[in-house]
Amino acid sequence: MITIGTLIAIQAIAVCGLNVIVGYAGQISLGHAAFFGIGAYTAALFATKAGLSFWASLPIVIAISALIGLLLGLPSIRVREDFLAITTIGINFIVEAIFRYVPFFGGALGIGGIPKIAFYGVRLKGISFFILCLVFLFLVIGLCYWLKKSWASLACYAIREEEQAASTLGISPVKFKLLAFVIGTAIAGIGGSLYAHYMQFISAGDFSFPISVGFLSMLVLGGMGTLWGPVLGTLILGILPEIFRPLVDYRILLYTILLLIMIRFQPGGLLGEGSAMRRIFEPLLRVKR
Amino acid sequence: MGKERDNMFLDVKGLSISYGDIRAVQNVNFYMEKGELISIIGANGAGKTTIINSLMGLVPVQSGTIIFKGQDITKMPAHKRARIGIRIVPERSRVFPRLTVYENLLTGMYGMKNKVSPEKSILQLYEIFPILKERKNQLASTLSGGEQQQLAIARALVSEPELLLVDEVSTGLMPKLTQEVFSVLETLNKEHQLTILLVEQNAFVSLEISTRGYVLETGQCVLEGPATFLMDNTRIKEVYLGH
Ligand SMILES: Nc1ncnc2c1ncn2[C@@H]1O[C@H](COP(=O)(O)OP(=O)(O)O)[C@@H](O)[C@H]1O
Ligand SMILES: [Mg+2]
Repeated sequence: MITIGTLIAIQAIAVCGLNVIVGYAGQISLGHAAFFGIGAYTAALFATKAGLSFWASLPIVIAISALIGLLLGLPSIRVREDFLAITTIGINFIVEAIFRYVPFFGGALGIGGIPKIAFYGVRLKGISFFILCLVFLFLVIGLCYWLKKSWASLACYAIREEEQAASTLGISPVKFKLLAFVIGTAIAGIGGSLYAHYMQFISAGDFSFPISVGFLSMLVLGGMGTLWGPVLGTLILGILPEIFRPLVDYRILLYTILLLIMIRFQPGGLLGEGSAMRRIFEPLLRVKR
Repeated sequence: MGKERDNMFLDVKGLSISYGDIRAVQNVNFYMEKGELISIIGANGAGKTTIINSLMGLVPVQSGTIIFKGQDITKMPAHKRARIGIRIVPERSRVFPRLTVYENLLTGMYGMKNKVSPEKSILQLYEIFPILKERKNQLASTLSGGEQQQLAIARALVSEPELLLVDEVSTGLMPKLTQEVFSVLETLNKEHQLTILLVEQNAFVSLEISTRGYVLETGQCVLEGPATFLMDNTRIKEVYLGH
């Protein structure tokens, strides 16, 4: 139970990052697992080869994820939207292949023996690791909340809504899309680092294309661009296969069907504008405004 | 003509623009002095939107040059032009429907040169457009057509631009509202010395507040001169003013 909860919390972090890219800046990304993986491998390498703790390597992990996000985002963002989907899929396959075939990254065997995280000398496991993940999840949600409220988000919104109109207001579409991409990949990196230290063993398959499809399904289900949608979507898709065991084997099929159904009937997601859930919760949200 | 065109505020020379095989604008020349309000008038499809969009940087120029305050901006991207003080009120206003009036105004703040406090600049605009103050927390989609036009103008003005490009602001407005919007533009020009370029099908109202005008027919400039001269021109009267 705790294991499922921890993994859901970690995935929710990654999906929050995806939300910044897809939901806030309106760019499709089908390669998010690659950036999750880059975070995980960076943390794993620093832990096993340099003996750095989770805390010591975290800033480096964030920086490297962001930097690779920047380098890969730069050419991707300039292409047309439908190309971006294909480009990000390509990125996912290439990154996975590098993890799988380059010996430095452990090759087909992956990287094992990654230590658990210690907090003031106490090794976190079980419930305490779960709590740590929740803390990170809330920090990330806090960051997303701030992003949603800040000026940058208005600019992002304008670009998503109508790129040309945004540019006539002095907003550089390329700059903001890139910024969102970098923030999103950095958040994925944090999730990846937690994942590596939790699983203690990672391999290339953990970050394959189907995982990216899963992330996107979670986001679309919960509601792109909403604050809590990523958490809700991850929760539902994380728990469902646990309840209906046979579903595990058909996970990808489930994700894909769900993705298509959502895009067809409820593109805003469960928590999106005008959704049934939203109508129920709206009065509650109003008060908080 | 011997006119000194070296230090023009805006100087457009030999402008030609095509969409694929369609030649939308052919060898158009015009200029603006600082503080002028001029009109480019022409029928539907004459190429007015194409010209104004090319000034904003939204459509690529095929040949010709656009010089703004001595700087060649022909190839400058739109967001940079916005930052050096060119703003557009696009055709059919195109405000952000799912943002409130206030938020729409905030989007206009983004690329400002000198950061005045947003509140201050917006408060001044509320004085010019009182209806926007009343509706500030309403979603833009709930505004009437005329109110959306006012919002689009206000959004373009928040950043205190130097050149305002206005594309067919009268489209879809009732005559009374058209008059109101035009009198606001006139005030902005006369009292705030804002340089304004209007493109309009509605020749009469726009020439009335303009100093000069250009007449566009199928992408070519066929007539130019002082507004009063154009209003007296028999051809214009026939075609555009319906006399
Ligand atoms: N995006 C476009 N693609 C192809 N042709 C266009 C496009 N925009 C405008 N045109 C054509 O260019 C000409 C000028 O259009 P436009 O500048 O919109 O005229 P106006 O604003 O004066 O009505 C028209 O013949 C129109 O059909
Ligand atoms: Mg037009």
